[in-house]
Amino acid sequence: MQDLNIEANTYNDSVVRQFSIMAVVWGVVGMLVGVIIAAQLVWPELNLGLPWTSFGRLRPLHTNAVIFAFGGCTLFATSYYVVQRTCQVKLFCGKLASFTFWGWQLVILAAAISLPLGYTQSKEYAELEWPIDILIAVVWVSYAIVFFGTIAKRKVKHIYVANWFFGAFILTVALLHIVNSAAIPSSFMKSYSAYAGVQDAMVQWWYGHNAVGFFLTAGFLGIMYYFVPKQANRPVYSYSLSIVHFWALIFTYMWAGPHHLHYTALPDWTQSLGMAFSLILLAPSWGGMINGMMTMSGAWHKLRTDPILRFMIVSLSFYGMSTFEGPMMAIKTVNSLSHYTDWTVGHVHSGALGWVGLVSMGALYYMVPRLFGQKQMHSMKAIEMHFWLATVGIVLYISSLWISGVMEGLMWRAINTDGTLTYTFVESVKAKHPYYIIRLLGGLLYLSGMIIMLWNVLKTATSGKAATATIPAVTAHA
Amino acid sequence: MSDFTSNFWPVFITAISLLGIFGCALLLWLTSKVKIANPNGDNTSGHVWDEDLREMNNPLPRWWVWMFILTIIFALFYLAAYPGLGSYAGKLGWTQNKQYDQEMADANKALEPLYSKFAAMPTEELANNKEAKAIGERLFMNNCSQCHGSDAKGSRGFPNLTDHDWLHGGSPEKIQETITGGRIGMMPPMAAAVGTEDDVKNVANYVLSLSDSKHDAARAALGKEKFAVCAACHGPEGKGNTDIGSPNLTDNIWLHGAGEAAIIKRINEGKVNQMPAQGGKFSPEQIHVLASYVWGLSNKTAK
Repeated sequence: MQDLNIEANTYNDSVVRQFSIMAVVWGVVGMLVGVIIAAQLVWPELNLGLPWTSFGRLRPLHTNAVIFAFGGCTLFATSYYVVQRTCQVKLFCGKLASFTFWGWQLVILAAAISLPLGYTQSKEYAELEWPIDILIAVVWVSYAIVFFGTIAKRKVKHIYVANWFFGAFILTVALLHIVNSAAIPSSFMKSYSAYAGVQDAMVQWWYGHNAVGFFLTAGFLGIMYYFVPKQANRPVYSYSLSIVHFWALIFTYMWAGPHHLHYTALPDWTQSLGMAFSLILLAPSWGGMINGMMTMSGAWHKLRTDPILRFMIVSLSFYGMSTFEGPMMAIKTVNSLSHYTDWTVGHVHSGALGWVGLVSMGALYYMVPRLFGQKQMHSMKAIEMHFWLATVGIVLYISSLWISGVMEGLMWRAINTDGTLTYTFVESVKAKHPYYIIRLLGGLLYLSGMIIMLWNVLKTATSGKAATATIPAVTAHA
Repeated sequence: MSDFTSNFWPVFITAISLLGIFGCALLLWLTSKVKIANPNGDNTSGHVWDEDLREMNNPLPRWWVWMFILTIIFALFYLAAYPGLGSYAGKLGWTQNKQYDQEMADANKALEPLYSKFAAMPTEELANNKEAKAIGERLFMNNCSQCHGSDAKGSRGFPNLTDHDWLHGGSPEKIQETITGGRIGMMPPMAAAVGTEDDVKNVANYVLSLSDSKHDAARAALGKEKFAVCAACHGPEGKGNTDIGSPNLTDNIWLHGAGEAAIIKRINEGKVNQMPAQGGKFSPEQIHVLASYVWGLSNKTAK
């Protein structure tokens, strides 16, 4: 009876522990595949002449692994951790929460097998075939039930801002996934999109851009809003800013997809609307950065001694940079230079490695010792080293792709006085070679930091043991 | 073609777009007006989560508000000038097709004097004209090398342009015709007409014997008679016919693979091969320069 009481008075952290460990494991796997395909771009022989190891099949494996396996597990772990603590209740329906863990791992496993085998719906970031899509939908609806169920039974009156963002992310990803993945199966593991032609392209990029907006932005802003004030031990800078930028962000993102289809068969009016809203998106995006950065006021000195806080703040800087770059690249005249070049790849990685990666690592470094009853991570030195490896890696990665992207864009459009192109396509490919080597080096540094993290996390977990966190009595009025 | 299936949709799109933009402005205005209660006198909202999470009541940063407003104003002007609000065409009347047509017209006009000076020169002269050759090479690299290779030596299925072996004729006029209209080469499956599997093998060996390639002489002798059905296109001596694009079988040049197996495959399956028309991409003067360059690749007599 007493055991039962203790059980009821503690947070459900076992699912958080599971997702946290797997986030780090999948992070290493996904980034390793990224390094392999970066090496393939430098030395094409590394495709090995086999279909299963060719760039075309490994590239979606990389994107799915880092976004949905690493990013996804991090989001599950942090949202379950945060929603319990900010609502001061145990997770709603622990069995279902446990199902979301095993279901999500099954999705990842199915992706890791089916993508190299060549099963794909050919939609970027939505490659997985229909049976896996159905599994994703079931897991995601369960996730929503667990999350909103917990919110519903909360003991704290006001819903904390981190939960607004987690909630928006969960709801919208369900919508995006179900609409974009609508397809007619023709056999097991083969289906055809429910949409045709330019409508299909538009639905895909409505999905694609909002996958960035909600999966990789709103979700991780949820992380930021809990872990930055916690780690800095400072209040969130501005409640009004939270309100404006939350509503403006989730509204405006929905419109921005067409900037992926400038100068295509998409009607002119759709392109223009996409561009106009992409520009309006700048301020709402920066709202999150300001709120995070300014939360540091009075605590800036902590950056000198606290590498975890440094992960979070540098992450916000990259967030600010890529959300400035994004609206600029959505302008038609800029886009006509940047589109289809490495600049786009660099832009995505400044968001992915810089923002998503670093804020995830910061949050995981915060959670892991607490989850395993330790005061701090096994090695603070290793965190310090991880930080520098990651930061230098990102800088090498994005600056080399800026150069190679702008260079190839300019080479493609260079025209002789006789109307012919100055450079053949293959010359632009050849010119990029040195930058691909630098990019590979950047990726290697980033990966090595992640491997150090895996070691550090496993050391921390094995030297401690699963800690049970007691739910404090509701004293604070909120 | 209209982008809309009825008059409802453009109105709907205009309405939700403008409502959305003004909604952002309204949100900004209302939030900056709202005074948040400050019960503890510590400039926080008074809410506390997870023991120590608080939020302050700091106002929206001014510069940020102005940046937000500026993007909204820009968006409104942009949507007034460019097509965006449903079927409203925008003050500037811009479309991407118009922009493309305009850029192409400007470029062609600028290029006219350059190419018109070559128009009157015959191919033989152009092939030795340094400037025309350089332009021809660039046109080739931009537009032809993808299939025929940077060295114009082709590869399996893509003809070598330097060997003086022409499927459709190698005169300057014929090359121009090929570039302008493209070509479709078609050999029907001939197995049934030739006879049994053994007959096909014999004919293949006969075909190989025509160019003195490695073959079985006994089979070639047996196949000679059956070659009659092939002669309809390839000619009684197997020398081909440029009028219908049938290849010469005696010159040991094999577009779709050499050897017995490759030839048997062609007899059994036939082959359709296509070069796309380039006429829409170039002016006749440009094609003249390009054709002269291609002609010059295999006609290097004059220096």
